[in-house]
Amino acid sequence: MKTGTDLVKKGFAHMQKGGVIMDVTTAEQAKLAEDAGAVAVMVLERVPADIRAAGGIARMADPARIKSVMGTVTIPIMAKARIGHFAEAQVLQSIGVDMIDESEVLSVADAEQHIDKRAFTIPFVCGARNLGEALRRINEGAAMIRTKGEPGTGDVSQAVLHVRVLQREIAELKTMESGDLEDKAEELRVPLELVQKTKELGRLPVVNFAAGGIATPADAALMMQLGVDGVFVGSGIFKSDNPAAYAKAIVEATLHFDKPDVVARVSENLGQPMKGLEKPDIRMQDRGR
Amino acid sequence: MNHSAMTYLHIAVLGLQGAVFEHITATSRAMQTLGLFGDARWAKNRAEVEAADGVIIPGGESTTICNLIEKSGLRDLLLQKPVFGTCAGLVLLAKQGDGQVEKTGQRLLERMDFAVNRNAFGRQRESFQTDIEFESNAGHDLQTRPFPGVFIRAPAIEKTWGDCHVLARLDGKIIAAEQGDCLATAFHPELTDDTRIHEYFLQKVAQRS
Repeated sequence: MKTGTDLVKKGFAHMQKGGVIMDVTTAEQAKLAEDAGAVAVMVLERVPADIRAAGGIARMADPARIKSVMGTVTIPIMAKARIGHFAEAQVLQSIGVDMIDESEVLSVADAEQHIDKRAFTIPFVCGARNLGEALRRINEGAAMIRTKGEPGTGDVSQAVLHVRVLQREIAELKTMESGDLEDKAEELRVPLELVQKTKELGRLPVVNFAAGGIATPADAALMMQLGVDGVFVGSGIFKSDNPAAYAKAIVEATLHFDKPDVVARVSENLGQPMKGLEKPDIRMQDRGR
Repeated sequence: MNHSAMTYLHIAVLGLQGAVFEHITATSRAMQTLGLFGDARWAKNRAEVEAADGVIIPGGESTTICNLIEKSGLRDLLLQKPVFGTCAGLVLLAKQGDGQVEKTGQRLLERMDFAVNRNAFGRQRESFQTDIEFESNAGHDLQTRPFPGVFIRAPAIEKTWGDCHVLARLDGKIIAAEQGDCLATAFHPELTDDTRIHEYFLQKVAQRS
């Protein structure tokens, strides 16, 4: 029996497709997320909006907090490690979380290098704003990519921007001959085979979710129609007026993203979404290139 | 149904969540191998499931898929059709759940006479790949050579009774079974290039159609 193979890691991400992964900070919130139909929960000390408000250095969550969520729900548990902080990732693996998010929402631990994700048995998801960032993370061993938005803002515009940038760059690959592809691989600092594979598939060779700023059912439907495999919702649920209603509505809108009447129905009488932030002081998305 | 010499098979892959696309690809390839006419489609609503001769419930999160089956009102349709369930799909086919199933209040389809252990193989860290030997009485050509097994937070069948037949075991745990026109695997054939299990299911569906 072989554990931690490429297929087993990427396979885990495939099982998440079409789903909503929700940020939670407590076992009660995790239960609410599971009941609403989340496919997994991401355990944090604070949701991104509160990380912004608190300032200071944001780190991996307390292992006791993560374990308490693991003991409460049956869906997979994810947790964040700082970019490059392989010791935090080792701790998360030792607790037994199902996937690690090497995340720009936390402070950066290594400005030069990301975690060598191939050294781990459990899979990683990483953020990316463009093809270069995505393929570099995949080359480091990421089993899943989140196109980044601007976390904790409730503003979907950056999530949209980065999905579009990625798609444009993949479309450009399709017009390239072999010589151009070699130049592109060199420019992006990734092996040629990875660029060729992306060109051949017409998409990233791993599961691709959207994240950052998704706050309403219509936001989720927008991202799904743009072609992502699923969505992460951070502050959007537990910073809204009615977390249970928002969680359920976003799950349904993600499933029926192509049915405006369903999105309309689930959007009725939800109360206020998270307030949001138009011009954040800190651009988390710039972390980890 | 009234069919002429050549049967055309509609297979619906329940597209609520999980590895849907991979099952569509694997089913289409299996149809080609068998020389069957048909198609495999993404199915989310009643009309799409109702039109199908057979249904595949993919891997994904069983709690989530179960929840969405209820919300989408698909349960009664899934009680009538031939069903092939992988991983989460296997959990849903069980007659008897375990503590975890009870905890999340999942309402199983209860199509097959077996009891399921939802996290028999542990969390993602313990997920694995290994070659599987099918039982010598397994149909089609399943027993002729090992099958590549991909287990992801996989369940196992604790025990079977009645008309449910064991097709494969791993370390004493039951990982594949069939009953009438239903088929269940704890692993993910759709993530590999081996389409023999999909072919076996298509033969079941074709026999019934």
